Amino acid sequence: MEAKIRTRMGDGALVEMTPSEIRADLEAGTQAGAKRCKAPELSGAELDHLAEIFCSNSRFTGVDIGDEVVLSFDGCGSQDLGTRIHDLQYYEQYLCADSLELYHHDYSYKPAKAVTAFEQVVMRQAQFVTTAPLGYGAMPDLGLYTVPDGPVPNWSELLPLGKIAESRAAQEEAVELAAADIVFVADEMVEAGIEFIDLDTAGAAGDADFLASLLAIERIRARHPDLGIQIGMAGEFVLGMHGELEYDGVRLAGLWPLDQMRLAARAGATIFGPAINVNTGRSIAWNVARTLTIAKPCCEAATIPVHLNGGMGVGGVPMHVTPAGDATCRASRAAVDILRLDGL
Amino acid sequence: MQITRGMRLAEAKDYVAARLGVSTLDLSDPTVMLDVRKEFGLGGILESGEITDVGDPLGIEAKFNIAAVLDVPVNCVSRFRDMASRRRPVQI
Repeated sequence: MEAKIRTRMGDGALVEMTPSEIRADLEAGTQAGAKRCKAPELSGAELDHLAEIFCSNSRFTGVDIGDEVVLSFDGCGSQDLGTRIHDLQYYEQYLCADSLELYHHDYSYKPAKAVTAFEQVVMRQAQFVTTAPLGYGAMPDLGLYTVPDGPVPNWSELLPLGKIAESRAAQEEAVELAAADIVFVADEMVEAGIEFIDLDTAGAAGDADFLASLLAIERIRARHPDLGIQIGMAGEFVLGMHGELEYDGVRLAGLWPLDQMRLAARAGATIFGPAINVNTGRSIAWNVARTLTIAKPCCEAATIPVHLNGGMGVGGVPMHVTPAGDATCRASRAAVDILRLDGL
Repeated sequence: MQITRGMRLAEAKDYVAARLGVSTLDLSDPTVMLDVRKEFGLGGILESGEITDVGDPLGIEAKFNIAAVLDVPVNCVSRFRDMASRRRPVQI
């Protein structure tokens, strides 16, 4: 009779599985990922290695000495302990962050634009007392440009009414508004001393959201040749809310991480973060195998550093507000070992 | 080296190790890197009296050294240098 291994589900629940069940989930996960995005399945040797990681009852696991990767973050800290500058210092000093990100609590470029002058003050002060590269981040968040929060008609309401042309026109208008705001904030924060700008959850509102991000990156790169530009995706697949938008001749709807990365690099990004979704009803072994299968073509073809997004519900990490360390470390180690990542 | 130069990890490790005169494995060794960071003034863990003392560059001080040692543009260093030398005419 096989021993039971304590592992977790995609929602964070602690369960017991046998090594055979875990192996079966790894195989099913890679098959699911391969089928979904038409990528090769993980090899037998790779699945063997994943089985070693997941068929262990140890509380924690890590990469081999020498295989450490860079740890980048979106907004550092919760803004609940001390000041935002303290948050950045905690991340650098106590959490070993390799890059730091100042952020506005309303974490989108549209609201950040209105308070940029205050963000600049904090940024310049933070630069005095931190050593790790310090940047500024927010989300493109195209939805904020729609009525009632913004001036553009709400395409989510137009689409069910069959107003396709009106929906597309609204998204196209929002693209330019969002790109302008992102570039504005980037310009202002460069003046305050940032090392990089971060566009987080790019593509959250679909292909128009991704296009706004790419256009912003292209324009920021032209204005600031040495600035770091980090883009993290919202999901594994760019939804075609518009369906016909293109960047540099490539249709954005339906893109998977490989092509997302290519366009991000072409636009001028220096770090790309794919985000692969977690299925809360499947085990973390299944989810990690699926994640790695989808991300692997991107990592193999990457011309810029790839930092797999690992967090609540992405990158094989359980969808839970406080994902357990035993699951997070396994997902992280698996990603580094198999994908030869540049960072997380 | 990743965020501003777009270097992949292996290339970035090789570059940094070469600039510091250590091996890439040394970069993963905190006992080695404590001394290396002190030698080059690259900043580190804040533990007054135990790890850092008043003679160890911190924060923006360390970033000046990082920019020089790695020969990489650091925006806040450029800004600090510019601001620290800026003179504005006094309006009387």
